[in-house]
Amino acid sequence: MSSEKQETAAVRVLGRWPSPFVIRVLVALRLKGVEYELVEEPMGNRSELLLASNPVHRKIPVLLHNGKAVSESLIIVQYVDEVWASQGPAIVPSDPYARAAERFWGQYVDDKFPSAIRVLRGKVAGDKDETAAQVAAALQHLEEAFVQCGQGKDYFGGDSIGYLDITLGSHVGWVRAVERMAGVSLLDAAKLPSLAAWADRFCAHPAVADVMPGTDRYVEFSVKNDGVPKAN
Amino acid sequence: MVEKGVKVFGMWASPMAIRVEWALRLKGVAYEYVDEDLANKSDALLRHNPVTKKVPVLVHDGEPIAESTIIVEYIDEVWKDGYPIMPSDPYERAQARFWAKYADEKCIAAIYPVFTSTGEAQAKVVHEAQQCLKTLEKALEGKKFFGGGDFGYLDVIVGWYAHWLPIIEEVCGAKVVTDEELPVLKAWYDRILAVDVVKETLPPRDKLLALNKARREQLLSA
Repeated sequence: MSSEKQETAAVRVLGRWPSPFVIRVLVALRLKGVEYELVEEPMGNRSELLLASNPVHRKIPVLLHNGKAVSESLIIVQYVDEVWASQGPAIVPSDPYARAAERFWGQYVDDKFPSAIRVLRGKVAGDKDETAAQVAAALQHLEEAFVQCGQGKDYFGGDSIGYLDITLGSHVGWVRAVERMAGVSLLDAAKLPSLAAWADRFCAHPAVADVMPGTDRYVEFSVKNDGVPKAN
Repeated sequence: MVEKGVKVFGMWASPMAIRVEWALRLKGVAYEYVDEDLANKSDALLRHNPVTKKVPVLVHDGEPIAESTIIVEYIDEVWKDGYPIMPSDPYERAQARFWAKYADEKCIAAIYPVFTSTGEAQAKVVHEAQQCLKTLEKALEGKKFFGGGDFGYLDVIVGWYAHWLPIIEEVCGAKVVTDEELPVLKAWYDRILAVDVVKETLPPRDKLLALNKARREQLLSA
């Protein structure tokens, strides 16, 4: 593979920290050992490149692979898994039933977590106690799913990080931050022994550690940027 | 003892459930269809899908799978030697999944207000629904089906429009998918309605019309 510097990297990610959706794409690429360039999207001001690459939603993340744009984080993760199938661990399970189960839980995670986190971090108005209770209930379901999917191993994906690990794990940064800011316990080790331990393992994983910073930075970001809660 | 075979828990008027039937029939897979009364869900359904309690659910050799788009991909993967539903190219697959998500998240949300509104308010939401569908229509431009030359994944996901939307339009007295506004989508309707698996499964028009009329009356009087 040529080591000449190219004008435009073959693989670029349009994104910005601290989006959990962007983190998913970065983790997937790192798992596969794919070199990429992260093109930071400025806050509150969409770049021409983003508007051209994702005209439908105008949202990050977008993966640009040899100029072709792929949008929607979980769709990107599956794309990465399929394109670079011959390198790194498999991200999506090979068994169709296990795959369907992970996709189901992945959809469940995205139905519950993003909106709940927006309320708990004070970005959007809402009943924080009620929201925290809903998150706790969702995590209880996921604790059971972990036991089923992971079958006693370290991750939902078994021995290595997989699709559901990435989907849920990408939210852990914000989950921990809102625990501190809203004074609630979500990843409670007493109630969710498997998930609490898994969360630590996920965050420490080499493909994750460099792209998902510690809780302090999330809290700092929220304090600086979230301001007054907007009406939902 | 593991219950062998394929069962679909659905509801006769549900477009989500019909997707599953289309996928199974494309693969030539025999299945038992369980028609649920959504106001009085069966114990079996609640046991198979305790998390969302929704239809459709596919039960394959006793193992349940929920969420229609996930079920369709599952069917394509298990019966992989049959009719190809998903595109084979990863980029095309990503595009198909993108538009399926767009259709289910944006288009349904844009169409629903047409159903629940009247008069001037309806005119506004009709326009918005048309804009949403025009975006989706781009994925169909220059092709016989969303899947290209053949009925494919995205056709399975949105094919229900061809039968359901004209009925909804009649019930609400609104025109959304017209030759002027959405000519490409409208022309695709006839191709969808000619597909064998579609013809075999569509719910009777008069029954669907009556159900939706009653639903709309209920919603408007609430």
